[in-house]
Amino acid sequence: MLRSEQSDAALPASDLTGCDNAVTRNASLQPVNGSSFQCNMDGLPGIRDVSSLEREGSLPRLSAGGDTGDRAYTVLTTAFAAFIPLLLIAIATELSRAAWPALHEFGFGFLTSSEWDVPAGKFGAAPAIFGTIVSSFIALLIATPLALGVAVFLSEFAPRWLQQPVAFLVDLLAAIPSVVYGLWGIFVLIPLLREDIIPFLRDTLHLGATRFFSGPAYGPSMLAAGIVLAIMALPYISAVSREVLRAVPRSQRDAALALGATRWEVIRDAVIPNARSGIIGGVMLGLGRALGETMAVTMVIGNRPEISASLLAPGYTMASLIANEFSEATSDIHLSALMAVGAVLFLITIVVNGIARWLVWTVADKADA
Amino acid sequence: MVALTYGAAALATLPLIFILVHIARAAVGSLNLALFVSMPAPVGNAGGGMANAIVGTLILICIAAVIGVPVGIGAGLYLAEHRRRPLANSVRFLSDVLNGLPSIVLGIFAWQLLVRPAGHFSAVAGGIALAVMVMPLVTRTTEEMILLVPNALREAALALGYQRWRTSLAVVLRTAMPGIVTGALVAIARIAGETAPLLFTAFGNQFWSTSLNRPIAALPLQIFNYAVSPYDDWHSLAWAGALVLIGIVFVISLAARFATRSRFGAAVD
Repeated sequence: MLRSEQSDAALPASDLTGCDNAVTRNASLQPVNGSSFQCNMDGLPGIRDVSSLEREGSLPRLSAGGDTGDRAYTVLTTAFAAFIPLLLIAIATELSRAAWPALHEFGFGFLTSSEWDVPAGKFGAAPAIFGTIVSSFIALLIATPLALGVAVFLSEFAPRWLQQPVAFLVDLLAAIPSVVYGLWGIFVLIPLLREDIIPFLRDTLHLGATRFFSGPAYGPSMLAAGIVLAIMALPYISAVSREVLRAVPRSQRDAALALGATRWEVIRDAVIPNARSGIIGGVMLGLGRALGETMAVTMVIGNRPEISASLLAPGYTMASLIANEFSEATSDIHLSALMAVGAVLFLITIVVNGIARWLVWTVADKADA
Repeated sequence: MVALTYGAAALATLPLIFILVHIARAAVGSLNLALFVSMPAPVGNAGGGMANAIVGTLILICIAAVIGVPVGIGAGLYLAEHRRRPLANSVRFLSDVLNGLPSIVLGIFAWQLLVRPAGHFSAVAGGIALAVMVMPLVTRTTEEMILLVPNALREAALALGYQRWRTSLAVVLRTAMPGIVTGALVAIARIAGETAPLLFTAFGNQFWSTSLNRPIAALPLQIFNYAVSPYDDWHSLAWAGALVLIGIVFVISLAARFATRSRFGAAVD
């Protein structure tokens, strides 16, 4: 409950708004304690309406004078709120301004050309765009079934004592810094890929004959990036899926059970179809993370601007291209080309995240209704 | 099929355990006092520490918190008090968009805005890039926490003649404070290990520097540089650094949990 010394402690903050008369005017109210706040209110239900109407601005204010503080407060919070859209506008304009020279010079070819030749001053971002999409796709291919399995396990099957620890461990995956994933990728995953996984895929599963697993395998590769990204995207997908599975109304499950469905059929036919768009939203959020992930990918993908069908060949992503070359860029056009890559990445992630939010919100709305 | 979901859960927790165990094993050799108090040693010299990087990371976290948290709280107050205004709806949506932006994009934005005109890298530029990541997270938790405060408290304060701004700051915000502190700490834990926004802003520094206007060392940057270097000494330092970084993130996360359970905890419910 509210105690009077808490109100006292808040006074210095109010001094910041520079409203002296308000402070002195209200000083006599200080000693009132929390419990009597409550008692008085219960007897006056009508106040609720007045205060909320007043807050919406549809009633004239009751307290005349001394509203400098209120005005300053409103201006200040509105300014802070408006800061976020302004920031995004600033990011968009600064990026496009910096990217303009390159986009102007190379036109649409910037997106389709695969020639990234710094000394010659030729810049085509296609390999990086290709690498970003392919590595994120591999990540989703691995992470989605796993995350969905975890979410179903946690929301439907897990014994109570297991729920919290497993959810905690999976969420903890999101807390590990990406540079640590990169470190692990360089020294653990890549040797493992080179010595065990790739020979297994090629010789035991006979995938070496396909285009996707052909060519020399050094270790740093699109596949390595995809695996690291899968681990990093997994907690996001599973967290959202868990939420939307829980949001499916109890009655849906009961109805399916009443019709004689087994526990598995309930999930397949009643729960997952209801949560589908939310799950897709979660996958898109994971995709948004994977597309923009920089450090871990830079450390394991091999950083070679070429398009190759083989997943074992090194590649490049937009984020790792920027991370690698930005501080070494000396010519203006090189810098501008890297900014243009950043602008493309910015656009792609905004679209992906926008769709994801929209899908998750539609499920949340349905659950509310 | 049920067994399959058990398998998925087991498989999903395996990487975490692998990574943590490996870090602990690889770092234990170089984890000593020197790591925390001495400066990086030149290649070939054994030993050396990451004192400058640890201090640098703490400074960067402080800058990000000092700039990002107040803006987030202010914006969150606005969202909670003007729920249906058009500005509130767009701020809510755009803070989600901002939250989803790749950190490297924020890095080049901060470079373009702060480093390029100034002509040199600086700790402040790095801190501001991180602050941009803190803001949307704090905004959304502040809004959610303030909406949990019972309306009766607000009305009681108004009925006693408190003005709206004092009601908001002294009653509503204070009641929601533990939740907001938790949200802020979670946000800070998330940015503590960020590397990409610092590459072209804080830049890293081999020497001792606490100046806000100069390049500053940071633990994630140091780990990255050591990891991609060809020297074994540096590799083991990178593992030790990773353990310290995870330790910092873990301590902040623990503090976040502790904040919710502290003396104000009951007031939120």
